[in-house]
Amino acid sequence: MRCARVLVGTKKGAFILTADGKRKNWTVSGPHFAGWEIYHVKGSPADPDHIYASQTSGWFGQIIQRSLDGGKTWNPPGSRPEDLVGSGGFPKGESNKFVYEGEVGTHKWYDGTQHPWEFKRIWHLEPSLTDPNTVYAGAEDAAIFKTTDGGKTWKELSGLRRAKGNLWQPGAGGMAVHTILLDPKNPNRIYIAISAAGAFRTDDGGKTWKPINRGLKSQYELPDPDAEVGHCVHRIALHPSRPDVLFMQKHWDVLRTDNAGEQWSEVSGNLPSDFGFPIDVHAHEPETIFVVPIKSDSEHYPPDGKLRVYRSKTGGNEWEALTRGLPQENCYVNVLRDAMAVDKLDPCGIYFGTTGGQVYCSADGGDSWNAIVRDLPAVYSVEVQMLS
Amino acid sequence: MIRVVLPFHLRNLARIEGEAQLEVAAPVTVRAVLEALENKYPVLRGTIRDHGNLKRRPFVRFFASKEDLSLEPPETQLPGEVVNGEEPFLIVGAMAGG
Repeated sequence: MRCARVLVGTKKGAFILTADGKRKNWTVSGPHFAGWEIYHVKGSPADPDHIYASQTSGWFGQIIQRSLDGGKTWNPPGSRPEDLVGSGGFPKGESNKFVYEGEVGTHKWYDGTQHPWEFKRIWHLEPSLTDPNTVYAGAEDAAIFKTTDGGKTWKELSGLRRAKGNLWQPGAGGMAVHTILLDPKNPNRIYIAISAAGAFRTDDGGKTWKPINRGLKSQYELPDPDAEVGHCVHRIALHPSRPDVLFMQKHWDVLRTDNAGEQWSEVSGNLPSDFGFPIDVHAHEPETIFVVPIKSDSEHYPPDGKLRVYRSKTGGNEWEALTRGLPQENCYVNVLRDAMAVDKLDPCGIYFGTTGGQVYCSADGGDSWNAIVRDLPAVYSVEVQMLS
Repeated sequence: MIRVVLPFHLRNLARIEGEAQLEVAAPVTVRAVLEALENKYPVLRGTIRDHGNLKRRPFVRFFASKEDLSLEPPETQLPGEVVNGEEPFLIVGAMAGG
């Protein structure tokens, strides 16, 4: 029987939750990297025992961790003396070395002046679909890095910042590449998203990038309706069978595109609020999507204190509230952009984590929910793997 | 032998029990100790000082013999009691939680 392994990044460490295919009885391991902020943990689709984690700290900076045994043991790649030897005969220890390529350059600052790029942390790790040693990393300040040696060394795909990077401006949460989607049908195509800059696409493996934000409307922040960059995209998602169809949760508005981002249209429909962070697609139904409406950008909690996932089976516009098993009073948590995932079991499992430390699972496509854990630190990210 | 005391999280990261013990050739400066530490425990590169410009990270402080050396130049020589191993060189995570 197949089983599920859920990788949870939190404000104070990583946790690994495992269950059999029924997804009822869970085993919890952790905290791993106790006390550190874990922005994201994700396993390789090519080898699920290869798992990467982004470990960060305001004191000690960025660490990349890797497990080769499904999360039982971890090491920063390349930090052992035998792993990598520099010219001086000493190990280089470069798994946490994220250096912008060439001239650092500048982006737009809060006061409208230009400000130099400064590396802060890795928000998102996206392992290659085919090679467990190749991983893309989304950085704050916004950039994308790539490793082909299992995380020992990283190189920036600097063409992204040439896509009008001088006009990008941080939002209140910073300016980070928080979403990376790899096209399963076209290895040269990658989509990324940056808060307060927008969505971007490469069709040549990361050398050149273009903004794909036509149709997005951000009338107060961007009075110019044709602005190519500057939109606060919170998350994008795709179904592997149809990688030209993308769904987006923007700061306000839920949108879709059917032509790889060339044109977007709003599908917020009857949502109680079209503000939110995560969005995901059902593993077996490419037109079934999930969002978690949040009351507003001023309040950052669910409308009416009711935690409701909304599901559309029509690719947007028509939404139904999913409430069974979720708190329907006095609930004031948030669900962050990387904190929702779907598994490929049948029925499809949906998972999300909250800033209140709960991780919820639906083993029936969203119809009903159970808390796997209730008292973790604030959840930053949730990913799920299927194991044989 | 130079004794170095690291903050909790860096001891865990480098898997050091107690103090780090380093051989450092004279002159024993702040920079020489940090280089020896990073050479022995490469996982610490980038966590105490920036990877690129080698500047001390903002919330990391250095102390030796009750003196705060955080703002002193990296060429600063450590006091005799640290050089001869009587006192440790302290790397401290600043109390800056807010």
